[in-house]
Amino acid sequence: MLAQQQIDPSTPTMGQNQQMSIHLENNLKVKVSDVAVYYGDKQALFGIDLDIYKNQVTALIGPSGCGKSTFLRCINRMNDTIESCRVTGSIEIDGVNISDRSVDVVELRSRIGIVFQKANPFPKSIYDNVSYGPRIHGLAKDRQHLDHIVESSLERAGLWKEVSDRLDEPGTGLSGGQQQRLCIARTIAVGPDVILMDEPCSALDPIATAKIEELMDELRQNFTIIIVTHSMQQAARVSQKTAFFHLGKLVECGETEQIFTNPQDSRTQDYITGRIG
Amino acid sequence: MNTIFIILALVAFSIPAIVSYRWRHSIRLVANPKVELFVRVLLILSSLIAVITTVGIVLSLLFESIRFFNLVSPLEFLTSTVWSPQTALRGDQVGGSGVFGSLPLLAGTMLISAIAMTVAVPVGLFAAIYLAEYATPRFRNWAKPALEILAGVPTVVYGFFAALTVAPILRETGTVLGLDIASESALAAGSVMGIMIIPFVSSLSDDVIRAVPRSLRDASLGLGATQSETIRQVVLPAALPGIVSAVLLAASRAIGETMIVVMAAGLAAKLTANPLEAVTTVTVQIVTLLVGDQEFDSAKTLAAFALGLLLFCVTLTLNFIAFKVVQRYREQYD
Amino acid sequence: MTDTIDTSLSIPKNTSEIVHQGLKKRYAAEKRFRRYGVVAVCVALLGLVVLFSSILTKGYTAFYQTNIQLDITFDESVIDPKGTRKTKDLSSADYAALLKKAMRTQFPEVKTRRDKKKLYNLVSSTAVFALRAKTMADPSIIGQTHSLWLTASDDVDMLIKGHIPRELPENERRISNKEISWVDQLIEAGSLEKQFNRQFFSAGDSREPEAAGIKGAIIGSFYTLLVTLLLTFPTSVAAAIYLEEFAPKNRWTAMIEVNINNLAAVPSIVFGLLGLAIFLNVMHLPRSAPIVGGLVLALMTLPTIIIASRAALKSVPPSIRAAALGLGATRMQTVFHHVLPLAMPGIMTGTIIGMAQALGETAPLLMIGMVAFIVDVPGGPTDPSTVLPVQIFLWADAPERAFVERTSAAILVLLGFLVSMNALAIFLRKKFERHW
Ligand SMILES: Nc1ncnc2c1ncn2[C@@H]1O[C@H](COP(=O)(O)OP(=O)(O)OP(=O)(O)O)[C@@H](O)[C@H]1O
Ligand SMILES: [Mg+2]
Repeated sequence: MLAQQQIDPSTPTMGQNQQMSIHLENNLKVKVSDVAVYYGDKQALFGIDLDIYKNQVTALIGPSGCGKSTFLRCINRMNDTIESCRVTGSIEIDGVNISDRSVDVVELRSRIGIVFQKANPFPKSIYDNVSYGPRIHGLAKDRQHLDHIVESSLERAGLWKEVSDRLDEPGTGLSGGQQQRLCIARTIAVGPDVILMDEPCSALDPIATAKIEELMDELRQNFTIIIVTHSMQQAARVSQKTAFFHLGKLVECGETEQIFTNPQDSRTQDYITGRIG
Repeated sequence: MNTIFIILALVAFSIPAIVSYRWRHSIRLVANPKVELFVRVLLILSSLIAVITTVGIVLSLLFESIRFFNLVSPLEFLTSTVWSPQTALRGDQVGGSGVFGSLPLLAGTMLISAIAMTVAVPVGLFAAIYLAEYATPRFRNWAKPALEILAGVPTVVYGFFAALTVAPILRETGTVLGLDIASESALAAGSVMGIMIIPFVSSLSDDVIRAVPRSLRDASLGLGATQSETIRQVVLPAALPGIVSAVLLAASRAIGETMIVVMAAGLAAKLTANPLEAVTTVTVQIVTLLVGDQEFDSAKTLAAFALGLLLFCVTLTLNFIAFKVVQRYREQYD
Repeated sequence: MTDTIDTSLSIPKNTSEIVHQGLKKRYAAEKRFRRYGVVAVCVALLGLVVLFSSILTKGYTAFYQTNIQLDITFDESVIDPKGTRKTKDLSSADYAALLKKAMRTQFPEVKTRRDKKKLYNLVSSTAVFALRAKTMADPSIIGQTHSLWLTASDDVDMLIKGHIPRELPENERRISNKEISWVDQLIEAGSLEKQFNRQFFSAGDSREPEAAGIKGAIIGSFYTLLVTLLLTFPTSVAAAIYLEEFAPKNRWTAMIEVNINNLAAVPSIVFGLLGLAIFLNVMHLPRSAPIVGGLVLALMTLPTIIIASRAALKSVPPSIRAAALGLGATRMQTVFHHVLPLAMPGIMTGTIIGMAQALGETAPLLMIGMVAFIVDVPGGPTDPSTVLPVQIFLWADAPERAFVERTSAAILVLLGFLVSMNALAIFLRKKFERHW
């Protein structure tokens, strides 16, 4: 079951497939090398190098304003939409540099889904919210298929039971936590292989948070997940790898257990024990 | 009389100077309750002037219209398809001076406004979309004010442009194409009016498009939508009520526009939907009826007020709907 | 978790492939959509450019006027045969005879009556007024001969400016071959020139295009705007202060607010009807006078200025009010000592824009009789007068070809005023722009 759901390596993705096999043995999904980001003259990220692996949850932690969201947005080139923003360095996904000319942003973003820090459902019905992605990409074969996609996405985001009887109501009418899960469902519906989540639980109560954490654990069977979180406990619970950012620099990155039990850098130590941040 | 006025004007202009002198040089600025009460009453009265103006408009239109409807039946006014206030002018027989069917005028007004909207809505909306979503800030910074110049040009200038530049060009093009285009065609007046109201559509639409939160755009782009898909399926639907009310306000502007049609549209009332023919409008007739001779009990002059009432009602309704649409929208998404 | 696995089957797994296939079409749509935008902006800007350039090319020639130089002998036996030098005699003298004589001396070969009449028509029929004015200003020139530049007739002017093409067959143009040959002789002799058209700025309206000027209209516009400003500025600002700073939020004030917004969208011609019905028919104010025009325009600009002033007041931060109130100032003192001065630049900007709108307004003024043909420059706001846009409207209707360029030139002047007013507004806004 599991093997079936993994992306077939021979599938031509992103227009190129030559280099792909090189990284496959060690399941490297995203390779970030020497990435720097500038907002106008202000530099927000400095020389980030980071490897992210398939079927794992990677947690990004760090004090507010250290550039976690900025980093996350680089991975599916959302920063292109900000006029003043400039990204240097290389980010390779499946061995292909995403800023390469041959890579198309639309295609890239359909493969790398993102869930934003603040829930942002469209002011449309719940159904339209979830079906939007499949519709623009032409993923559904017919109406029934589209219904299926919507249902299963909501199901996986743990929202189906709550909204199955009111799919026509506006998504903006849901509670904060429900909205966030709606946004997750919307992202999954496209069938991406990497999901970027920017503090998906910041507006949620413990029960909803537990649901989402459960969801992440399950999603990781099929997807690669990168999550930004301010909760150390959450990072410890859901992630296999953790990266610690501080003032725009990647301070330390490694197995979650190791980061939390035996950090190499004193700043990491300080942060996880609550002395900076 | 003139000297009194000039003295008044001088006094009025010196008030700010006196006040600022007092403010700078007086030691005591103690509040005087009596003065404050007086000023407060003045302020309240001033804010009532707008209401009084509206009441004045409604009353004067109603009053003269009632006098008109004593001479001409309202049924004829609202249903007859003939407008001919000049025929069989007999001084002794008040009210028998002509036929007053407002339908052809309304039809002419609608025809010209429709042409104007056909020009202004697509152009204004797409211009707004382009400026809000695609244009570089530099281009936007000069293109937006440039478009707004169009709204600041006096309408008499557009009228001149329509009558002396656009109409002859259209007529010549028509001759080349073998079409018979009237020299006062609805097309000439309508298209120039369309240019005039472009900024009414584009400015407001631009504002509401830009007011759509960035997070919605991000959500759509983050799912892999192209920019135009995001605009069409997320931004425009979210901005739709604002755009609708912009269009309604522009329509009300087109219907009430006077100078362009007075100068470039025809005088003869005609029920036609052909934009190449000459039609007349409500505002044109108001002007023709009231400029020149004025006896205040002839049906001819009073008819102008009935037309004014009609115009007032139509534009007020449009504005009201526009207002409601926006309000409903605010309630829904705030 | 069986049902999860089940439904997960329907989540697309070959997204990338499908997306890749559809890309070409989607980008084509993107390009098309973007192109519509570009086309729309271009159409709108093109409209602007065509509008301005058509008026500019039509109008700039009116700033020059063809004049003819003639040696005029101020013959006493013609002007003042009795030798009284009295104003009454001088003003009713036959100055046309002087002109005719000068023309005959210039062209001694013209003999027949018909030709002579045509010859005299080369000079504007209004040139006699110039001669009269000159004589009356300085009667001592009687008996002398002066070489004077006199306004040519509009036909000659149009010929010189190329609006009457010489190639046209003779019977299709308003000026005959013979007249053209006289004009050519004058040009050769250096006595026919295009000169700066001072009359355009110093004269009132006239039936003769070559003598028509916009001074009357400009002064009329000035008085009208003055009345408008005096009435509308204090009331609008007071109304804005009340609504923004004092009014309780209840149904009444909400109604006033809706009312103001509605009034801003009422067609301008309706204000004209109001003026006609109330100011003229009920209050019997003088027709065609700037004072009534100003009243009507004041009511019309009221909502604009109220809305702008409220925005300006609103932009003053609450902390300023809190500071003054905290010191024990009354609300009235707070507003007049602190809030209003800070909001003043914004209010001024709004007022100037409202005044610009009033300056360009035509339709309501037609209703209150400001369309009359008025030659004299008004001396005050109760004299009959016209305003610049109405003058444009009147001239646009005139059949003479020469009025086209004058209309365009008057439009240029009007636009010039509007541009300067708006520039002033922008300057004020930039200069006093504050970031709290
Ligand atoms: N659009 C932008 N323009 C300019 N500067 C920005 C922009 N977005 C972020 N920044 C700056 O970049 C830096 C990193 O911001 P970022 O949003 O990535 O922080 P973060 O780690 O996500 O913080 P938080 O935990 O509070 O969400 C901050 O200093 C921020 O001010
Ligand atoms: Mg963040």
